[in-house]
Amino acid sequence: MPTAAAEATSETDRRRAQPRREIIYRHAWPVRLTHWINALTIFILVGSGLNIFNAHPRLYWGQAGADFDKPFLAFARPWPDWLTLPSYMDLADARHWHFFFAWVLVMNGAFYLAWSLASRHIQRDLWPTAGDVRAIPRSIADHIRLKHPKGEAAKRYNVLQRLAYVGLLALAVGMVLTGLCMSPGFDAFAPWLVAALGGRQSARTLHFLFASAIVLFIAVHLIEVVLAGPLNELRSMITGRYAVPGEHD
Amino acid sequence: MTIITRQKALLTRREALLGGLAGGGLLLSGCSRILQVDALTDSTSFQRVLAVAQSWTRATQRFFLAGGQMAKEYKPSDISPHFKANGTLNPGGDDYERHVAEGFVNWHLKIDGMVSHPLTLSVADLRRLPSRSQITRHDCVEGWSAIGGWTGVPLALLLRAAGVRAGAKYVVFYCADNLDGDPAKGGEQSPGQYYESIGLVDAMHPQTIIAYDMNGKPLDVAHGAPLRLRVERQLGYKMAKYVRHIQLVSDFRAIAGGHGGYWEDQGYDWYAGI
Repeated sequence: MPTAAAEATSETDRRRAQPRREIIYRHAWPVRLTHWINALTIFILVGSGLNIFNAHPRLYWGQAGADFDKPFLAFARPWPDWLTLPSYMDLADARHWHFFFAWVLVMNGAFYLAWSLASRHIQRDLWPTAGDVRAIPRSIADHIRLKHPKGEAAKRYNVLQRLAYVGLLALAVGMVLTGLCMSPGFDAFAPWLVAALGGRQSARTLHFLFASAIVLFIAVHLIEVVLAGPLNELRSMITGRYAVPGEHD
Repeated sequence: MTIITRQKALLTRREALLGGLAGGGLLLSGCSRILQVDALTDSTSFQRVLAVAQSWTRATQRFFLAGGQMAKEYKPSDISPHFKANGTLNPGGDDYERHVAEGFVNWHLKIDGMVSHPLTLSVADLRRLPSRSQITRHDCVEGWSAIGGWTGVPLALLLRAAGVRAGAKYVVFYCADNLDGDPAKGGEQSPGQYYESIGLVDAMHPQTIIAYDMNGKPLDVAHGAPLRLRVERQLGYKMAKYVRHIQLVSDFRAIAGGHGGYWEDQGYDWYAGI
């Protein structure tokens, strides 16, 4: 009897001492590479974008809009210098940063999309399945309670994650298109797209709103990384290796 | 026991949430310092790297606009009730004031440089030439737009009459306004004197005109009287006001600050299609 009890105790101790956490290869190298290029690029685009915005901190709806027209949204104060890039107000320099990194975003995004579609990463990992759609209410409840999936369920993206990532892709495409529609050269090439978005000033307003949505995504994304285990999450986006949270963790 | 654990867990979550928010804020404010963005912005070699994007943009737009696409033209009802005037609102100075008082009857537009037949035309001469009217959207680099109606002489017509010589690549516009001070002194290449330049592709485009009328009336002083340039597929700063001299050149590096325009000399891109 004492022997059996001691055995059982030592078995539990051993399991406690060496939890056999399953390590999976979660993120393929193109995902990791484009993720970090994107992180830097979006940071620079938001900062330089706010600097550009400060040159005329009013948004309009329609083709035209200036000081005398009714704004859709007007800001009383410019964005503070610690948020803008460069930190001092300089439209010319901010445009240089913005357009250079807009090209980086487009090329990085094109590579990501091409790889993700060809490898079926989007179709397999990001596009919600019918089961996912049915699980939306439960997933919302889990997120509100900050309950994170464990075991097998943690090996795949949950439905809110899938929707967030697919939504982010759509927003990125929207950013590029609304950005292009502010260019008078592009407008001569595709006036129909400008009209479809409601006009050049509408495109500028949408550009700002989409960017705000991306900043919101980043805030939630960072909070989720911290909640889900920042070291494990960071490691998985650097080396690709992810420790699956156990059922009893 | 259970309650304590739950409380503990909740606390951890709240801490994690606050930590995430604080971390995000720190990341945003700290990154610009870590990345040394201001120092990078000031560095000429880094500026050269960023400037690569300008040539990509220009090459891409030139490629997609090779068909000579027209900027969208609007209906008279689309015209902005108030068209914002920007840059110089009145060049001032004795010379310009005299022209205003005379109704610009003695204003002359000189076309020279790499042309076979240099021309000097009065505003009345220009008004007798074939004209083009267009209602277009004016996009300022600052972000705002206004719609206005313009009538003027197609630049292509003037350039054909003058005969562009082989080797000419740019059309330079010298203006009567000085954004830094008094326009009466120093001549057309003095510091602060407004000037602009465009390539021959844009110069020969049908919507590129030397405008003398705005919304059916002679141009007012704030909008560039008596003559201004319209280059509809580029930003507002290209559309020089108070134009009095057009020069064909093979290179603009020897002119004023050497970057092809007043704002270009302040760091703005020469190609303003974006």
